[in-house]
Amino acid sequence: MSSVSRVVITGIGLTAPNGNTLAEFRHSLLSGKSGVQAYSTRYMGAVLAGVCNFDELRYQKKKELRRGTRAGSIAIYCANEALKDSGIAWDKTDRSRVGVYVGVTEHGNVETENEIAAIKEYNYDTKFWSHHHNPRTVANNPAGEVTLNMGIVGPHYTIGAACAAGNLGFIQGLQMLRLGEVDLALAGGVSESIHTFGIFASFKSQGALATHADPTKASRPFDRDRNGIVVSEGGCVYTLERLEDALKRGARIYGEIVGYACNSDASDFVLPNPERQSQCMGAALKKAGLVPDDINIINTHATATKLGDIQECLAIRSLFGACKNVHINNTKSFIGHAMGAAGALELTGNLPAFEDGIVHPTINVDNLDPDCELPNLVLNEPKRIDKVRYILNNSSGMLGINSAVIVKRYDA
Amino acid sequence: MTQVQIRQAILDIIADIAPDEDTTAIKDDVRLREQMDLDSMDFLDIVMELRKRYNVEVPEADYMQLASLASSVKYLEPMLKDK
Repeated sequence: MSSVSRVVITGIGLTAPNGNTLAEFRHSLLSGKSGVQAYSTRYMGAVLAGVCNFDELRYQKKKELRRGTRAGSIAIYCANEALKDSGIAWDKTDRSRVGVYVGVTEHGNVETENEIAAIKEYNYDTKFWSHHHNPRTVANNPAGEVTLNMGIVGPHYTIGAACAAGNLGFIQGLQMLRLGEVDLALAGGVSESIHTFGIFASFKSQGALATHADPTKASRPFDRDRNGIVVSEGGCVYTLERLEDALKRGARIYGEIVGYACNSDASDFVLPNPERQSQCMGAALKKAGLVPDDINIINTHATATKLGDIQECLAIRSLFGACKNVHINNTKSFIGHAMGAAGALELTGNLPAFEDGIVHPTINVDNLDPDCELPNLVLNEPKRIDKVRYILNNSSGMLGINSAVIVKRYDA
Repeated sequence: MTQVQIRQAILDIIADIAPDEDTTAIKDDVRLREQMDLDSMDFLDIVMELRKRYNVEVPEADYMQLASLASSVKYLEPMLKDK
């Protein structure tokens, strides 16, 4: 096996606030359907959030749900859906050669907050602190729950990478396949973040929590009147295989991951650095052997914060500003910010463009911020373009972590 | 609490921690683990729920007393009779 094995996507499982399958999700993205709704969180009361509504009991017993975490449940749903979608003969699969790599923005806050609220009822007597706290909050929990549920005995871990984590899950899966460490990677990202009040409260204190009378209009990247982030939950997991393995079993191939990169800003805890983001996307292009104008769709990270969106636009403009073929969109305008799942869901919602040639829009842009003008920014309505060959997802997160993934249409 | 009430209290706890099980079919004299899918973390849940709901402390040395429904009722009766 060569060190440059080609790695392809052969199965997709997802839950988003506006869809529990790729077909539902894509339909929502093309029909302008938001997944943001009114929500209530501990101590704060009314907020807005992207809430998922998948069938938790499709792959888990009630007891497993009670024992585990929301992130674990989301990961289990997505991993099982991806496997089913892939058509892999699971009973004939060597499960010691399967790896589970799940990106997370954060993990453990939900359970810690729940336990503190619970012992408050007992005057903070820690003998009422649950013995489930540690297995629920260890950082590998969401990936570990997948292995328990599916009987996978290969490696599993999470990749903590703030809001760049979804892409990092894919990258980790690809790297492990190329290294020959596994033969099948279940890779992606998940978010349970709407179940922790702390993330809402922290964004609010930062002046970065979105508000709007109409929840579906609250997430508005690039709009002049954007006022912050809508926190969401969600998940997306791929089955990734080496191309030769996928071809051998006649798999359906959604696309090939041909480029990726990850770097660090080393400049600020929260404010993105356009130069480093641009370098990250440039490195992904270089790895794929592409020039900027080869990319047909850039799916942006923009979260609808005042400065963050502008910084990303600067990064994109510096690299793609003169491109004719590039079209640009944003998925958070529909589903809010799905944190550890964001990059994974956002890339995935664009993959059907390889078949239908349509770029889903960025919705909720009533007045484009002049500082966010980009070439071929697809606003409010889907746009049909010529053949889509390359899609780039850009994701970044706190502490200055950037990730970019490029997927190529697979032509047999 | 009477023996009948204690038995029901234990069944209510089991129903919460093992929601997939049919608690109406539990045999009183057979070890719980032989009748349903319960592991050590579940038994710790039973201990925790007894603590939370009835302020009853079951020391680790006595965990074996909770092996069956009948042994649990017998063990807990002195602690719960005045509750």
